[in-house]
Amino acid sequence: MSLASLLGDYTLQNVVLGAAMLGLVSGVLGSFAVLRKQSLLGDTLSHAALPGVCLGFIIAGGREMGSILAGALFTGSLAALVMLLLTRMSRLKTDAALGISLSVFFAIGVVLLTYIQGTGNASQGGLDAFLFGQAAATLRSDLWIMAAVGGVALALVAGLWKEFKLVSFDAQFAATQGMPVSLLDGLMTIMIALAVVIGLQMVGVVLMAAMVIAPAVAARQWANRLESMVALSALFGILGGVVGAVISATGPGLATGPLIILSLSSVVLVSLLFAPRRGFLWEILKLRRDRRQLRYQRVLTTLYQLASHHADRHYRSEKRMLDTYLGADSRRALARLMARGLIIEQDPPPHEPGNNKRWVLTPAGCQEAERILATLGQEQAH
Amino acid sequence: MSQQLHEPNLALHVEDLTVSYHGKPVLWDIDFDVPPGVMAAIVGPNGAGKSTLIKSILGLVPSIAGHVTLHGHPYRQARRRVGYVPQRSTVDWDFPTTALDVVTMGLYGRLGWLRRPGRRERREAMAALEMVGMERFAERQISQLSGGQQQRVFLARALVQNADVYFLDEPMAGVDATTERAIVDILRRLRDQGKTVIVVHHDLQTVRSYFDWMLMLNVRVIAQGPVDEVYTADNLRRAYGGQIALLDDVTSAIPGPRAPANSEEVPG
Repeated sequence: MSLASLLGDYTLQNVVLGAAMLGLVSGVLGSFAVLRKQSLLGDTLSHAALPGVCLGFIIAGGREMGSILAGALFTGSLAALVMLLLTRMSRLKTDAALGISLSVFFAIGVVLLTYIQGTGNASQGGLDAFLFGQAAATLRSDLWIMAAVGGVALALVAGLWKEFKLVSFDAQFAATQGMPVSLLDGLMTIMIALAVVIGLQMVGVVLMAAMVIAPAVAARQWANRLESMVALSALFGILGGVVGAVISATGPGLATGPLIILSLSSVVLVSLLFAPRRGFLWEILKLRRDRRQLRYQRVLTTLYQLASHHADRHYRSEKRMLDTYLGADSRRALARLMARGLIIEQDPPPHEPGNNKRWVLTPAGCQEAERILATLGQEQAH
Repeated sequence: MSQQLHEPNLALHVEDLTVSYHGKPVLWDIDFDVPPGVMAAIVGPNGAGKSTLIKSILGLVPSIAGHVTLHGHPYRQARRRVGYVPQRSTVDWDFPTTALDVVTMGLYGRLGWLRRPGRRERREAMAALEMVGMERFAERQISQLSGGQQQRVFLARALVQNADVYFLDEPMAGVDATTERAIVDILRRLRDQGKTVIVVHHDLQTVRSYFDWMLMLNVRVIAQGPVDEVYTADNLRRAYGGQIALLDDVTSAIPGPRAPANSEEVPG
C-alpha cells in the first residue's frame, strides 16, 4: 500500500487521529503523574477500568461506547478513592495501596468478563478487545467523545497551570498559600482516569500505563522546565501514536496498541541513552573525562608534594616512585602534562648512578599545582 | 471592624495546642507566645515535635485541641501575613524548574485563580533572589544548585511573600558556613524591620548568638522567653534528659586546644 492510499483510508484516518489525540492527552497528564511520583497510578486506574467496562456492557445490554466509558471512569475513580483511603486510614504506603486496589479491581473485572462471555450474549464479541485494545474498531463517533474528554482535560491543565505546578513541586507550601491541595490532587487523579478511559479502546487496560508514563519520562530527559517538558511530552505522545498506527497499517495482523507502546518505548530508549546531561552516554563520557582529569591532577600535585618534601623546587622525581605512590601507571598523565608544558623530562645528573628518566616541574606546573591544592582546600572547608 | 481580636499584641499566640499521631501525643498542651519583632528559636531533642509545632500552627498537620492566632487573627485569615520555609528535603530538587521560577511560586497565593505571574512578579522574585545573593543563578536548574544555594532559594521564596511572621524549619541544617551567615544576616534584617522570625534550630551552640527569644520543647513546653532567661543548665537538663552530660560542658564551654593543622604531609 502506498502512502497516499494509506492516508486516504477511512479506518486508518480514524485510528491515526485517535492515536494522536490519545498521545496528546496522556502526554500532558502523564507529565504531572510522573513528577508527582505517581506513575503507578495510571496502571491502577487502567486495570480498575475493566470491571467498569463490563458493568457498562451489562447495564446497556450491549457494546455501547458511552456507557462503557462511563463505567470505566466510575470504577477507575473508585479504585483511586480506595487507594487514597487505604493510605490515609491505615499505615499502608502508597505503593502497597496502589498494588492492592489494582489487583482487586482487575480480578473483579476478569470475573465479570468471563461471566459475560459465559452468558453467550451475541454482541459480547470484542469486549475482550478492551484488554489489549482494538484500534481498528475506532469509529468517527468515538473520536468525538475522545476529543470532548481530552479537550476538557487540557482546558483544566491550562486554567490551573500554576496550581498544578506548585502542588506537584511542594504540596505543603501550596497549602500554606491557601490552595485546596486535596481537591487539586483529586482533580489530577480524575483527569488521569479520563486519559485512561480515552485510551481503553486503542491500547487496552494492560498497556495503558505505558501510554501515561513513557512520553513524560522521555520528555523529562530533554526538558529543563515544566512548560517545555509538558509540550515535549505531548509531542512524543502524538508522534508515538501516529507512528504506531501507521506501522500497524503496513501489514496484516499487526496490533496497533502494542505498536504504539513500542514506538513510544524506542523514544524513551533514545532519550535515556543520548539526552544531554541526563543520558547514559553523557554520564559515561563525563565519568571518563573526570577520571582522566583527576589522574592528571593527582600526578601533578604528587610531583609538587615530592618537591616541597625535599624542599627543592627542581627536585627530579622518578617515574617508578610516582607509580608506586599513585598505585597506577602515570605514563599517559605524564605525557599530557609534558604536552601542556607543566613538567619537563630530564636525564639524571651525570654523577648519580642509575639512568631512569626524571621529571621536574616547570614554574607553570608549580603554579597549576598550587591552584589545584588551593581549590581542594576550599571545597573541604565547605 | 466589629471583629473581636484575640491577643492582638502578640505576633504568635498558641494555646492548649495538642497533636497526636496514631494515638500517641506528639505535642501536648502547648502554650507558646511570641511578641512581634523578635527572632525566636524553637529547640529541643530529636522527636520533640519542633517541626510538628510549626506545621500544626500552619494547619499542615491537624491538631486535636487548642487554637492559634497571628497578630490577633486566626491563621486562615492571617495567611497573607505568613511566610514559610519548609525543610529542604521535603521536595524533589530534580523537578524541572529554575531558581527564579521557584521564588515566583511564593507569589502564587497572592495572584489567585487563573492569573499567571507576569513581569511584575518576575521583578519581585528577582529582587528576592538578589537579597539572598543568588541573582546570578536565576535561570539555573534547581537540581544543579548546591544544598546551601537551594536553601537560599527557599528563603527567597518566603521573602517574596513579604510577610509579617516567618516560620523556618531547620534552615541551617546541612548548609555551609557562608550560607549560614548569610541566612542569619537576612533574618536579622527582617527582625530589625519589625517582623517576627520563628526558626526551628538544632544547634545549641549558636542559639545564644543568633536569637533573642526561645522556646525549649520536648513534647511539652519546657521553658520560653528571652534567651538569657531560658538558656539555663536546669532547663537544658529538663529538655534533653540523659544527653545532658554533654550539654553541661557546652554551657560552660571553653574552646579546647586545637591540634596544629598544618603538619607536613608525607607521601607514602
